[in-house]
Amino acid sequence: MSVSVKTELSEGSSLPSSFEQIGVITKYEILNYFRSRRFFILLTIALVIGATLTGIIGYYRPSSFLSSALSFYSQWWGMSVTFVIILSGVFFGGDAISGEFQNKTGYFLLGNPIRRSTIYVGKWLAALCASLIVFGVFTAITLGNAIYYFGTSVPYQFWESFLFSIIYIISVLGFTFFFSCVFKSSSMSILVTVVLLLFGFSIIQDIVANVAQIEPWFLITYGAQIIGNVLSDPYPSHKTITHIGRNGGGPTFTIYNATVPEGIAILLVYFAVTAILGLVLFERKEFT
Amino acid sequence: MPSLEAVRLTKKYGDFTALSDLNLKIEGVKCVGYLGPNGAGKTTTLKIFTDMIRATSGEALINGHSVHREKRAALARVGSLIESPEIYPSFTPREALGMIAEIRGVPRFGRKQKIEDVVSEVKMEEWIDKRVGKFSKGMKQRINIAAALLSDPDVVILDEPTTGLDPRGMAEVRDIVKSLKKRDRLIFMSSHLLPEVSEVCDEVAMIDHGNLLVYDTLANVTSKFSGSGANANVVEAGFSREVDGVSTIKAIESLPNVLAVDRIDSKNLRLTIKAGIEVQEQVLSDLAALRLGLVSFRPSSSALESTYLNLIKDTL
Repeated sequence: MSVSVKTELSEGSSLPSSFEQIGVITKYEILNYFRSRRFFILLTIALVIGATLTGIIGYYRPSSFLSSALSFYSQWWGMSVTFVIILSGVFFGGDAISGEFQNKTGYFLLGNPIRRSTIYVGKWLAALCASLIVFGVFTAITLGNAIYYFGTSVPYQFWESFLFSIIYIISVLGFTFFFSCVFKSSSMSILVTVVLLLFGFSIIQDIVANVAQIEPWFLITYGAQIIGNVLSDPYPSHKTITHIGRNGGGPTFTIYNATVPEGIAILLVYFAVTAILGLVLFERKEFT
Repeated sequence: MPSLEAVRLTKKYGDFTALSDLNLKIEGVKCVGYLGPNGAGKTTTLKIFTDMIRATSGEALINGHSVHREKRAALARVGSLIESPEIYPSFTPREALGMIAEIRGVPRFGRKQKIEDVVSEVKMEEWIDKRVGKFSKGMKQRINIAAALLSDPDVVILDEPTTGLDPRGMAEVRDIVKSLKKRDRLIFMSSHLLPEVSEVCDEVAMIDHGNLLVYDTLANVTSKFSGSGANANVVEAGFSREVDGVSTIKAIESLPNVLAVDRIDSKNLRLTIKAGIEVQEQVLSDLAALRLGLVSFRPSSSALESTYLNLIKDTL
């Protein structure tokens, strides 16, 4: 997207640059999230997850959580943060573009002197801001509990996982925006992303790893495993083969674990490819 | 001088051709009605001009800028209303128009007043801070018209702007369009309502099956194609008193340049007169001199209807 200088109009007014228009779209999209209660619904979900974990751990005191600080972060954060991230991606990105077609709000917006790429980037940034707020709240709940049990010394692995989580948010939003551009129906775009991210990729990963014995490097959820794996000490080995049954005659289960550089690369490539493809699709999509 | 130009504009959807090599150049300060049956290509044309869809080939230019390649420059001075846009239901009109105002660079100083002015123009003042989600279709359409007027555009593109409005709303939109003409604007308006076009537009372009049939002044189009003859115009005269008496009709028929008089109702007559602007002026003057209570004098909408029916033989 090229930067454009202001276009002079009538006296006293000039068309804002594309950068400024991105800011306008971002601002009003965030307002839309707040007004449509979408943001508050997801925030509530994150709070419920946090409150539930707080209650359960506080009551049952499971040793898997409380044996060490790292195990606490591994269990609490590692198990649930990807779920919160996927929900954020779906809530804020799932129908970001498809909604403009289905709801015909695109007719209100696109007839103005604003590029489609500007709208796309502005909406994406709004989705990122909203996702980061929800993610921040969940992080705060996690840290609050961890500090309560283990004090203020936070393992460095948590901060690595935190950073990988932010990369995953960026990647998931690219992914959800892509499907939002594929479909003109909001429900279809949301449904496909939910099914793929929550279930589909996990199933494919198991099949590919166990049946074909191939590392599932092409799956975004495979790359996202580094978020949890980095909280394990030692870091899980790249490939683990487990034989079930006597004398190795039973089934074999193969587990792959992406290395950290591999995981980051997968997430960033997913973001780059899906974000760009989504933009290309949106540029060509027609209001018929 | 504001301008709209379609250069060999073609749009195909698979095997179906919605627009076929459309060449149309409109420039100057005027209102042009864009007529055609359902599926003729009217909305397709307007959507191409507003970047809602892409042409298969050819070019759409606004004020000399390509809509496809220079969208920001092309639409910078354009206000448009295409189909029936939905506004984000959680926004108020003030917020929705505020977003458009910011996108278009309406100066911050005076922006609030400008928004209130356009909302007032479409008679939605008491709703300006209510959520749009509660609005009826007609109310949303008024806000859409306000959005089209927000940046004082040179070119206004309207796709059946009275759709969804009650009769009062339709009359108000017609008044708005007429007032736009006074502000040095080029208005390009598609409509099915021939009386509306007759009342508001200076020129007419007719399209059918993706092909441009005619583009000319309203008077020329109706005189050539209405069946009243190339050398005649049909006008409608409205009076404040009953004028359908035999003697009154004869008095009007005897006026120079008046070829025939038909009764519409007791206070309205349809006159077939010789073609030409000067002739219309003379007939108007002569009618006024008869002191019959002449209150309106305009090209006949039924002449436009006859033109339409003569040119457009069947609908899709």
